Amino acid sequence: MTAPSASILGVPHAESDIAVEVRSICKYYSEVEALRMIDLDFPRGKLTTLLGPSGCGKTTLLKIIAGLVEPTSGEVRVNGKAVTGPGPERAFVFQDFALMPWATVMRNVAFGLELKGMGKAERQSIARHYISEVGLTGFEEKYPHELSGGMRQRVGLARAFAVDAEVLLLDEPFSAVDEQNRRKFQEDLLQLVEKERKTFIFVTHSIEEAVYVSDRIVLLSRRPSRVAQIIEPKIDRTASPDAIRRDQGYLDTVEEIWQGLKHYVD
Amino acid sequence: MMASSQANTQVDGPVRAVHSPAGRGLGLGRLFTSHPVAARVVSLGLFFLVWEIAGRVPISYAFPTFLDTFYAFGAMLLDGSLFVAYGSTLQPLIIGIVISAVVGVGLGIVMGLSRKAEWLVAPLFIVLQSAPMAALIPLITFVYGIGLLAKTLAVIMLALPVIVLNGYKAVRNANPSLVAMCRSFQGTRMQQITKIIIPDASPVIFAGLRLGLAAGFIGVILAELLITPTGIGDLITYHRSVANYAEMYAAVVSIILVSTLTLAALEAFEIRVLRPEKKRG
Repeated sequence: MTAPSASILGVPHAESDIAVEVRSICKYYSEVEALRMIDLDFPRGKLTTLLGPSGCGKTTLLKIIAGLVEPTSGEVRVNGKAVTGPGPERAFVFQDFALMPWATVMRNVAFGLELKGMGKAERQSIARHYISEVGLTGFEEKYPHELSGGMRQRVGLARAFAVDAEVLLLDEPFSAVDEQNRRKFQEDLLQLVEKERKTFIFVTHSIEEAVYVSDRIVLLSRRPSRVAQIIEPKIDRTASPDAIRRDQGYLDTVEEIWQGLKHYVD
Repeated sequence: MMASSQANTQVDGPVRAVHSPAGRGLGLGRLFTSHPVAARVVSLGLFFLVWEIAGRVPISYAFPTFLDTFYAFGAMLLDGSLFVAYGSTLQPLIIGIVISAVVGVGLGIVMGLSRKAEWLVAPLFIVLQSAPMAALIPLITFVYGIGLLAKTLAVIMLALPVIVLNGYKAVRNANPSLVAMCRSFQGTRMQQITKIIIPDASPVIFAGLRLGLAAGFIGVILAELLITPTGIGDLITYHRSVANYAEMYAAVVSIILVSTLTLAALEAFEIRVLRPEKKRG
């Protein structure tokens, strides 16, 4: 087991602290090289963000971790086991929500459990718990088109929580949510991260969002994507959301990342 | 799909914005939006009124008034000739539509799921759909005579291609994001097909069934006019030949009525059974 990550991280982690290991991942789409030799470790119980210029392959990397896309070469290991496809220890939250329009909130949230063949009463009681966790109590029998964008993504999040995966993969979950709902959602997400104690891997193109929610930020370079930098924002998460957004450390980190990314933007 | 359903929920707003608020002006407009059934009755009533006036002018001696047609319709109901005619028209129609629906939806789904089946079958139906089927109906007579089999075949020939092609396109265009979602939660291929692809494709499959049913009506009437003078086609031909124009029009209107009501029933069935979210909002 090679450990190039330790030098990149600067902070060595014990093996059991690493939930997801990405080893020498390369990805070609026919002739186009999307990802070049990505090596990354995702520490357990932390929220790590993949951030980079648009089209840099952050979503591709996330889908490779999810097992939804095959890498051209390299390997992903979850708890030390190599990934060959989607698995029960990982759950995915989709950018476009991916809710079934013909199913109620209840059925959508319970869908992962329905696929596993769990009985109706049992899966509905689990779903009801997570519907209340994401603040949608009372909307169980609504259909997705009756909900706002932010509420739809809460359904997507509850569905991912309901299958009790250790690793949650979130693909730009707030990009289709309007600005005001996004802020509220980010605050709620931080509380859920605190409460659920899961490993989160989060893809976003918003620097502010990345700094606000992340324990670690992985900066990817432009295509072919490589790991450019890893930043661990030093922000006091116990402060109120408004205090965090005015915190000097928060503002400095946003500025630092922007300086790093600026030369990729034409 | 998301966007269109979102648009549905917002229809209320602009309508109120265009028409003035409740209680003031545009009473007729409010009647139409608040009572869709009343609106339909009023619009049909206007159509019948225009028909009645046109019949009394008269446009042509072969053009009966609405009331004459209505009385003829009543008389044909009472003497039972309509029931006898429909008894013989509906039999090949129903057999043909049921066969087309089962075979067509099944074949369409298989073609949508498998490239091999698509390669094998799709070109045949694309050719069949663009071919002028009415021209092939006399050929059926040569091969299959003038019985029930020939009429049923005419229905299938018109109904099947559109049902197959709609089913195939619907399945092929199933929302890839929902399919990925099902995979990410470790759904099996069978679960993917039954829980995601078919429900997602069902509106387009049903659109195909509605078009197929309408085509089936054309097929059976064509068969009765061209192949074998029976049923409602015979009723139309007979009354035309003896210049009973009111009766002829009543037969024509009755088939339009039956076809419209059947299509509406199919639509109601679809919404009730397959897409419950469309009942609201």
